[in-house]
Amino acid sequence: MTIQFNDETFRDDYSFRNSPWAIKRFPFPFHEDSYMYSVNMEQHRGGPAGSVFEKRFDVDEHYISEMRDRAIVLAEDPLRCQSLPHMTLAGWDLLELIMVSKSEDYPDLFQLYRDGNRWRWVNKPLGIDDSFTFMDETTLPHGPMEYITRQTQGDFAVLDQRDDNLWMDAGMITTQADWSLDFDIGMNFFEWHAPVPLAHEMGIFKRALKFLMNVQQGAPARRLNWTMTVNPLLDTSPENYHKWGIQKTELTAENIGAKQHLRVELQTFYRLPRSNALVFPIRCYLIAFQDLVTMPKWGRRLHRVIRDLPEELATYKGFIANRPLMLEYLSRFDDGLPTSPGVWADLETEPPLQK
Amino acid sequence: MSKFQFPQSIASRPVYGTLAPRPGKAHLMMADAEGAEALLDLAAQAGARDSGLMAKAHILYLPRQTGEAFVDRLRALNPAQFYVGPSFDAALPRLRRVLSDAHMGLQVYLAGTEGLIGRAAAELAAAGIPVGSVQTEHRGSVARRMQCVHCKGITEDVITDPFVCAHCGLNLFVRDHYSRRLAAFQGVCIDAEDPGNVPEPVELYR
Ligand code: HEM
Repeated sequence: MTIQFNDETFRDDYSFRNSPWAIKRFPFPFHEDSYMYSVNMEQHRGGPAGSVFEKRFDVDEHYISEMRDRAIVLAEDPLRCQSLPHMTLAGWDLLELIMVSKSEDYPDLFQLYRDGNRWRWVNKPLGIDDSFTFMDETTLPHGPMEYITRQTQGDFAVLDQRDDNLWMDAGMITTQADWSLDFDIGMNFFEWHAPVPLAHEMGIFKRALKFLMNVQQGAPARRLNWTMTVNPLLDTSPENYHKWGIQKTELTAENIGAKQHLRVELQTFYRLPRSNALVFPIRCYLIAFQDLVTMPKWGRRLHRVIRDLPEELATYKGFIANRPLMLEYLSRFDDGLPTSPGVWADLETEPPLQK
Repeated sequence: MSKFQFPQSIASRPVYGTLAPRPGKAHLMMADAEGAEALLDLAAQAGARDSGLMAKAHILYLPRQTGEAFVDRLRALNPAQFYVGPSFDAALPRLRRVLSDAHMGLQVYLAGTEGLIGRAAAELAAAGIPVGSVQTEHRGSVARRMQCVHCKGITEDVITDPFVCAHCGLNLFVRDHYSRRLAAFQGVCIDAEDPGNVPEPVELYR
């Protein structure tokens, strides 16, 4: 299908909207009526046609506007994109992975022509047609990681693998759930996860690291993570928290359906060929509560998950103060009926709301 | 002086040990304020074993508010080289010079405040000194070196939570999340969701 790209904003007037298509394919993260941290990783080998899992790097209607938002963030704060000196090779690996994947998965939008090291990259949605020499930084307007991730939705952490650990030594981080690349760069897997409650004690990070260190080239993996965001604000950075934090207090019973968003991250893991680095794309999807509850199963389930979520998680995710308001709203969409297993909305088989 | 026991914390927060003499071709010792006491204890242990440690030692000492209290006693250890400096920044060129021709087998001993230990450790890491040859011991003030996550400015010797960023003036709360690269803990705006509502500062660990 051809994608109709939206002209929208993720700040100020927040004109971001999801079309019915985007709502239907939203990556709802809960496969049952409750949620707790787990080592929830699986192979990333596509998914149902049209789903966000189908392609290696999903492109959707928000593409152009998200790239515009990223450019604004970088202009205000260049520290959101950093790469330690030994990570340049991994940057080229990443550029190649994305260009090859996108040109194969979306040939009408992206094209890659290669003649030895002389490459030409055509990005139709963004109006880019650049020729450059692969592995020669002087032929690109930015470093290779920055160049390609300015054209790809989602954040990117690039991890060096050494000393039996992963090290966050490069990244493009402008749509983050309240963590700072500038602070975390150079940390290892356990250090950057240090603020997360409960999961360390549950042994989750030890097992997750073991899994990640064994991810092989050509066999990527994925998992979902989620949090809550008031207004469709992509840049919920700690850097700007003193500016956006106040928006969390502007939620009311009247505006919550439109203002409160479930924020889901599709996280994937790819081994890179030359550098042996691991790249960790973190793709953020936002959906307003009022859109989410148009899927009866999702409305029922989200109410139950939020109601029963351990206090530590609601606090860490930053919505403990707004939980009562959320439950008041969401309870209207929970009639107590059972829900089918799995994340899919099952619109044809799940009963409509009985109240 | 008794040593402060830091409470259990998160995985990014450094932990400190007790300095012990190790065999090595050269010994670099850096300390500030009461950190001198850890070096004196170290030298006493080494002396008891007659290891010749101090004859191969280079001490960089920053007395700070302790003034002359420990200087003569450190000098009396007869280190091969002894430097007394007014601040970490003043000592930095000398430290880098020393590290520029550090050889395999160099042993490093850091003692004193978290700020001193953290900054020196970051220099050592940048110079490629293996972590396995670096020992640390906390002594003296429990003040922290804090980075403001908003303006990126560093405030030294923070002793209360919350505190005021010395650069941008925001009221910040003190996190345990720690960056070795920056040698700093993270400070985050405390009244973002309720502007002006800043709790009374409380001394750390009280
Ligand atoms: C190597 C790739 C990964 C990177 C770069 C990464 C990065 C991060 C970062 C920066 C945070 C925020 C920590 C903070 O509060 O400052 C986080 C949170 C978290 N990570 Fe990871 N992570 C990775 C892989 C994983 C994996 C494989 C798991 C598997 C279980 C995992 C589980 C979590 C959990 C449970 C949280 C808390 C999220 C929440 O409650 O909202 N991470 N991660």
